[in-house]
Amino acid sequence: MIHYFLRRLALLPLTLLVLSLATFVLLRLVPGDPAQVMLGEHATAAQVAQFRASHGLDQPLPIQYARYLADLARGEWGRAIVTGRPVLAEIGQRLPATVELAAAAMLIACAVGIPVGALAGRRRHSWADRLTSAISLVGVALPLFWIGLLLSYIFGYALGWLPPSGRLAVGSDLAWRTGLHLVDAIMTGNPAAFSDALRRLALPALVLSSVPLAVITRMTRATLLETLAQDHVRTARAKGLPERAVLLRHGLRNAAPAVATVIGLQWGSLLSGAILVETVFAWPGVGQIVAERVLGRDYPAVQGIVLVTAGMIMVVNLATDLVCAALDPRIHYA
Amino acid sequence: MPSDLGLALRRPRFWRSRRGVIGFAIILCVFLVAIGADVLAPDTPYTPHLLERRHGPSLRHPFGQDELGRDNLSRVLHGARRSLLVGVGAAALALIAGGILGTAAGIAGGWLDSLITGLADMALAFPTLLLALTLVMLLGRGLTSATVAVAFAAMPVFVRLTRIGVIRARQQEHVLAARAVGVPAGRLILRHILPEVLPPLIVQAMLWIGTAILEVAGLSFLGLAAQPPAPDWGAMIAQGRGAVFAAPHILFFPGLAIMVTVLGFNLLGDGLRDVLDPRTEL
Repeated sequence: MIHYFLRRLALLPLTLLVLSLATFVLLRLVPGDPAQVMLGEHATAAQVAQFRASHGLDQPLPIQYARYLADLARGEWGRAIVTGRPVLAEIGQRLPATVELAAAAMLIACAVGIPVGALAGRRRHSWADRLTSAISLVGVALPLFWIGLLLSYIFGYALGWLPPSGRLAVGSDLAWRTGLHLVDAIMTGNPAAFSDALRRLALPALVLSSVPLAVITRMTRATLLETLAQDHVRTARAKGLPERAVLLRHGLRNAAPAVATVIGLQWGSLLSGAILVETVFAWPGVGQIVAERVLGRDYPAVQGIVLVTAGMIMVVNLATDLVCAALDPRIHYA
Repeated sequence: MPSDLGLALRRPRFWRSRRGVIGFAIILCVFLVAIGADVLAPDTPYTPHLLERRHGPSLRHPFGQDELGRDNLSRVLHGARRSLLVGVGAAALALIAGGILGTAAGIAGGWLDSLITGLADMALAFPTLLLALTLVMLLGRGLTSATVAVAFAAMPVFVRLTRIGVIRARQQEHVLAARAVGVPAGRLILRHILPEVLPPLIVQAMLWIGTAILEVAGLSFLGLAAQPPAPDWGAMIAQGRGAVFAAPHILFFPGLAIMVTVLGFNLLGDGLRDVLDPRTEL
């Protein structure tokens, strides 16, 4: 297990290397001079010439790539064209908001999806089974940006129960520690900021949870149905084990690896959804600026966002595999 | 491919699946609306009525009027055409491109297989919308490039599905027999391997049309695909966003149209899967 973990960890930089090659090639695919692309269309000829010389863009391609890698490793990811700020600092400032939103959405999806899916898998054609069908059908058919706007209208405006957008009230006295507002509020003992942050997180997290909720519910139901039809479950029931224990120890225990795999795979779609949900709710995360930067052809910023996102997905994939290995003793990693 | 679809719809098993029938009915309606939008719509999708801006639903305008007083119903009806084109076009593109790459990987094996599968796996874990956005940056904004970008981002799924199918089919006895009697490679692929591989691919493409419509609508909402004043559901929601508190009906109906259409394709895909590919039920 430890060997497997170390080998996977060693593969991470290799995958990042391939990815950096992809972004490097991409920069050369964008129509126009790479120096001009990195600096934006408003850069002067002198600036472009200086950039070309200082980044060795007149050198052969392999040398250019080596320099590009060295820049990435040193944390010099360039300056965003739209704001003129260093890309890495800009992403670092916005990343906690996206992480908090995505984690909250995943929490909702698991907390609702696993129990409902389990109930549905235990009894076919029960109310839980019908609810599961409805969730898994509608959840993947909803345009996130549409339902987000509607809920923000209903709860934020018509009923006035929750703030319609934003992450924290203007003029809030919350101190920045981790950037995760809920964690910061607990660390600094600020109950007012905690409740404000939680109320603002509720709607976007709920909207973002719809796709993973649909997939997790459906997967839990399907796997549990399959597991409960197996011989060892019949044996457990025959020897008089209480139904609760059958469901938890034999059913869910065996369904867990498959469900964990699906949960791991959902992070990608969560980050896709975050681009739309953050735009709708004016949530100051990384997703909120993606469209604006693509429109502005802000190549350094988009490249940074792509690299950071890919890194996050890789770490999540590794964590998922480890969780699966821990959950399923049949999985052996040599 | 069309013959496979036609066969599936002619089987009684499809018509016994409630999901399949409901999905088929929905898509048939959307299709008819798309064809007959010019006749069905009470007004053109572009005529402004500046004295009736943001008016709510009424007898004359059942879906209300938008920012410029244009008839919302007419705009939603005309939007069906674009959504169908975008969804079916993206699915066909992803199916064909992914199918070719997947077949190449499955037939060739070796380093080509490793390269294609490796790239597909990497792209598969990546958020599709971010991938599509990056491609839009390369291709420029607009409905066509957004459709191509979304199709490209979905290609890995089709690559993997085709590759697995091809590898499985190659080991089947009738394919081995055809090879043994010296059937040329091109004919072997087209006549013996592809018929084995196509059914699950078609089901996947059908199930994915809905996703494609959602993703392109998302790109339109972000201002990167369809541009105003086009009667496009995603762009209409983006335009209605500014008036969401004052006139929520402007964006309510196009969003509902997206949801119903996507639901229709998903139900139809479920029904087809039961007929064409009963093994992969989930």
